[in-house]
Amino acid sequence: MTSKIPVAILGAFLAAGLVAPLATGVSAPGFWFEVLLGGLMAGVLYSLVALGFVLIFKASGVFNFAQGSMVLFAALAVARLAERMPLWAALICAVAIMVVLAFVVERLVLRPLVNQDAVALLMATLGVTYFLDGFGQTIWGSDIYEINLGIKREPVMVLDNVFQGGVLINRDDVAATVVAVILVGALALFFQKTKTGRALRAVADDHQAAQSIGIPLNRIWVIVWSIAGVVAIVGGVIWGGKLGVQFSISQVALKALPVVILGGFTSVPGAIVGGLIIGVGEKMAEVFLGPPLVKALDLAGGGIENWFAYVLAMLFLFVRPEGLFGERRIDRV
Amino acid sequence: MFFRENGQFKSTYRADQQLLPILQDRVFMAGLVAFAFLVVPFVASDYLFLSLVIPFLILTLAAIGLNLLVGYCGQISIGHAAFMGVGAYAAYNLVLRLPFLNFLVVLVLAGFVAAAVGMLFGIPSLRIKGLYLGVATLAAQFFLDWVFARVKWLTNYAPSASPPPVELFGWTVDTPVRKYLFLLSVLLVFTLLAKNLVRGHIGRAWMATRDMDVAAEVIGIRPIYAKLTAFGVSSFFCGVAGALWGFVHLGAWEPLAFDLNLSLSLLFMIIIGGMGSILGAYFGAAFFVVLPILLNRIPGMLGFEMSTATASHLEVMIFGVLIVLFLALEPHGLARLWAIGKQKLRLWPFPY
Repeated sequence: MTSKIPVAILGAFLAAGLVAPLATGVSAPGFWFEVLLGGLMAGVLYSLVALGFVLIFKASGVFNFAQGSMVLFAALAVARLAERMPLWAALICAVAIMVVLAFVVERLVLRPLVNQDAVALLMATLGVTYFLDGFGQTIWGSDIYEINLGIKREPVMVLDNVFQGGVLINRDDVAATVVAVILVGALALFFQKTKTGRALRAVADDHQAAQSIGIPLNRIWVIVWSIAGVVAIVGGVIWGGKLGVQFSISQVALKALPVVILGGFTSVPGAIVGGLIIGVGEKMAEVFLGPPLVKALDLAGGGIENWFAYVLAMLFLFVRPEGLFGERRIDRV
Repeated sequence: MFFRENGQFKSTYRADQQLLPILQDRVFMAGLVAFAFLVVPFVASDYLFLSLVIPFLILTLAAIGLNLLVGYCGQISIGHAAFMGVGAYAAYNLVLRLPFLNFLVVLVLAGFVAAAVGMLFGIPSLRIKGLYLGVATLAAQFFLDWVFARVKWLTNYAPSASPPPVELFGWTVDTPVRKYLFLLSVLLVFTLLAKNLVRGHIGRAWMATRDMDVAAEVIGIRPIYAKLTAFGVSSFFCGVAGALWGFVHLGAWEPLAFDLNLSLSLLFMIIIGGMGSILGAYFGAAFFVVLPILLNRIPGMLGFEMSTATASHLEVMIFGVLIVLFLALEPHGLARLWAIGKQKLRLWPFPY
């Protein structure tokens, strides 16, 4: 019963969002397919940010508002370091920086606030957000920087024998997807097969039980924040390579919040699926829902994608607050 | 200390329930209000008014509003600047379309519009709490931002909203001193209102909900009533503050005047100032207004140059550090520090 509801919602959503434009014949199927792909690619990026989010929430119960700022910080670090050294060295340095950051956050933010309620922790990560935004721009500068990943810019034409006009795909989008898949695979292996991964899962299940069988909670937090930092680097590099490293990344990365609402706070597959749904949904809404809406209400332009994800998540909260794949929470007194 | 409060006995319930039960406090408060109304207008410079005092007064009002929701009712909101925006645009349209209305009426109506919108976005709070609610209010922020920017009717088909100067009973609120007096009066009224709300039935319902919602329900507080009134009243305050921010402080504003940054700043104010404290809203807003100016001045005084960009980044960093520090060391903020200091001074020089 419970497992049918999300499937039904998902199905209804997909039917409404994906098939409707096709069925009404608004545009050529090739164009529709292109929008779908664009949405999926954007969704991969959201998934990457959401992933870092879910990891931290699972292991430490902290709703990490700062994940977006971590992405920006990591991207800035890589971009500026890569000006002085080869890209691989910059990436290694960035990983080191994010690990140090994890240590600092654990020591100075999480440990003093242990046992506080979730809202206080959320506000503490708001403080981390402020700090990282200011600190990152002070030491790395606040202009727009480029990360050159060495991928050609020209899009590739595929499927031109299936659709008229074919479908354009960017090479960096494909690379991003591949990297994301590898990352998720590696994380899954790490969580399932290594001793540390098992400890992480144990902490996620029950802090006290984990601690009582001798799992060092503090070290686990550092590890998890470090992993989230590495995920932030991947997200930041891909994003920065695509759009340039700039302050707006940290705002766009906030879209990871609706993603985790949709997917469920504690579910890694949820982060991926949620990201894809949000990515596709908002692109579809922008392209197919936007123009009629603008025309009907006489608006000064579209831009639905700025809020579509949030409102979708908010409406979704009414139906299924724990998300598609999250665990149902029961309040006990 | 300098005064002793012993010997002041309360013989009626009225005396027991007054806002400031101690005579010296009443004298101090009366003196402060008299000072603010009678002395400050003659002493302060226009610069001081425009860059410090006027933003302080309006932000205090908004922070009180947010504090009613976050500090008293325990419902987090990351989208309160949007409700300020609703108030501002509502007031703008009321002035534009019904020019015969008195500005005070406009303010109250704008507050009601903001309250209605706030309650609409507060509905998710009935089902979800804490973190989830944060995202729902974020939805309000981004959706309303978009509405302000895109719906041309709201700004009367102009790119930005530029209302005429405020007029009250034939008295134009245009000079800094007049703005100051007007805002001070509004803030005073709303402070009294908030003070009385939180110690009355409704405020106690909010606090019970904040402390433990299940227990509150058990003792007969309807969560729908408590949460939605908190959203409504809080948005009302913010709506009025937003209208004042637009009309009196900014004069003319772009849709981005009420963006996420302002929402986060309001949260910062109540964390630093003290959650669940009206006085805290004053402290937080004052801190928020003064700190950037200090940061811009201090390096110059110490004799080294700092670019404006560095100063603003430094400011953001300090905000972040302070949030974490206060949450870890004094979760009740500056208001609590003030109370502790006052308690110490009451007994000084004796230890107890």
